[in-house]
Amino acid sequence: MNKDDYQKLVKKYEPKENKLENTIYAFLIGGLVGFIAEGLNVLLMNFFNLSRILASAWTCLIIILTASLFTAFGFFDNWMSKAKAGLLIPTTGFAHSVSSSALDYKKEGLITGLGSNFFKLAGSVILYGILSAFILVIVRVIIGV
Amino acid sequence: MSSKKFNNVFIKDNFSIVGPLEKNGLLKAYDLAMDNYYYGEKTFEQAEIKMQKIVLDNLLSKNKLSENKVDLLIGGDLINQISISNYNASKFRIPYLGVYSACATYVESLIIASSLISGKLAKNIITITSSHNLNAERQFRYPVEYGAIKKHTSTFTSTAATATLITSENTNIKIESATVGKPIDMGINDANNMGAIMAPAAAETLNTHLLEMKRSINYYDLIITGDLGKVGKEIFLELLSKEYNINLKKYMDAGCEIYTNSQETYAGASGPVALPLVLFDKILCCKKYKKILVIATGSLQSVQLANQKLGIPGIAHAISLEVL
Repeated sequence: MNKDDYQKLVKKYEPKENKLENTIYAFLIGGLVGFIAEGLNVLLMNFFNLSRILASAWTCLIIILTASLFTAFGFFDNWMSKAKAGLLIPTTGFAHSVSSSALDYKKEGLITGLGSNFFKLAGSVILYGILSAFILVIVRVIIGV
Repeated sequence: MSSKKFNNVFIKDNFSIVGPLEKNGLLKAYDLAMDNYYYGEKTFEQAEIKMQKIVLDNLLSKNKLSENKVDLLIGGDLINQISISNYNASKFRIPYLGVYSACATYVESLIIASSLISGKLAKNIITITSSHNLNAERQFRYPVEYGAIKKHTSTFTSTAATATLITSENTNIKIESATVGKPIDMGINDANNMGAIMAPAAAETLNTHLLEMKRSINYYDLIITGDLGKVGKEIFLELLSKEYNINLKKYMDAGCEIYTNSQETYAGASGPVALPLVLFDKILCCKKYKKILVIATGSLQSVQLANQKLGIPGIAHAISLEVL
């Protein structure tokens, strides 16, 4: 059997992911995270008299802290493997990726372990996040919005 | 020729320890079980070294063997530079060979042990292997706390260690012959579908074994493969009937015999220890089968080379056992 035929055979036995179910799940859970964050935002604006921009920054920090703590307490990884993109795409996913690397490598030393593996998963997010922001800014300057 | 017959090689005893998930799985005849993944150690790697030490200590004491009565220790595992086996071996005064064939490591070590005993170069050899789910996750995939999303084709590395005593003394389990497999790369690059990587190698090794030993498939009461899993098993069966015209009926895959359906292990168990666990705790202890062909399968992957988009080679080694 040649390689192409074999790849067709393998494809035949690959169980299909239910994309619709995954999408609905991610939409609902991701939406719930957004809903909680917005509620927090409104609370901060009203109780602490913060501007919307300042309140958003605080909300972001609180969500990151909560997700990291949940990772440290050891149940966020289970949540994430079930909720999939619903928790992976919001800031919660970023916070979780950093804190899980930190937890996992801390026993290999602060420099050789934790330090060098801290951004193991999140490094790409930062790099390509900055790069795409940079490109978008250039586009914005060119079209003069 | 890749197949060899052995004279006077027997399996005397085996000792196993299983992890917390395996303890609640389908197998119940294990010797010891761990309640958590740390097993009283600081890290998972150190826990796996301790698991190997425990099974080796117990196997020696159960058979009243002193270290100097053992001619050779042959071992391997999944972690970089087979470090678990190396570090464990340094705790004993036994000559040691480290071997690696990924999940086919156990049968590779049995073949080396049998060759040496059959050639009268050794009397007692212990083979040892282990895997630890969280170590394998760190080694090949993501940090363990990350809980990365899995595909349905991916297998779950079992947590366990086993040590087996091979000897020239007569016992009721004879190692009769073996076939050393050839690595096969069919261009599959997906490390989350190891069944598809290993199935062609398993089919090729089975066919070679039958041809070279001049046997029909009905000669064996049972054919057991290592860790093809639910997906790889189907590919293996179709490949055998299409390419080699072999219709396999008396067949089992060790990867499908360890966890219950509710344990969320995707396509089943994998790891070098999956096969010996099922072999000793399910097949050999029930004495239902007389002639057994054991085909261990391994996916010889490297994270770096898989990222460079190279196909992953699969390997399969077979060993024939007779229960007397």
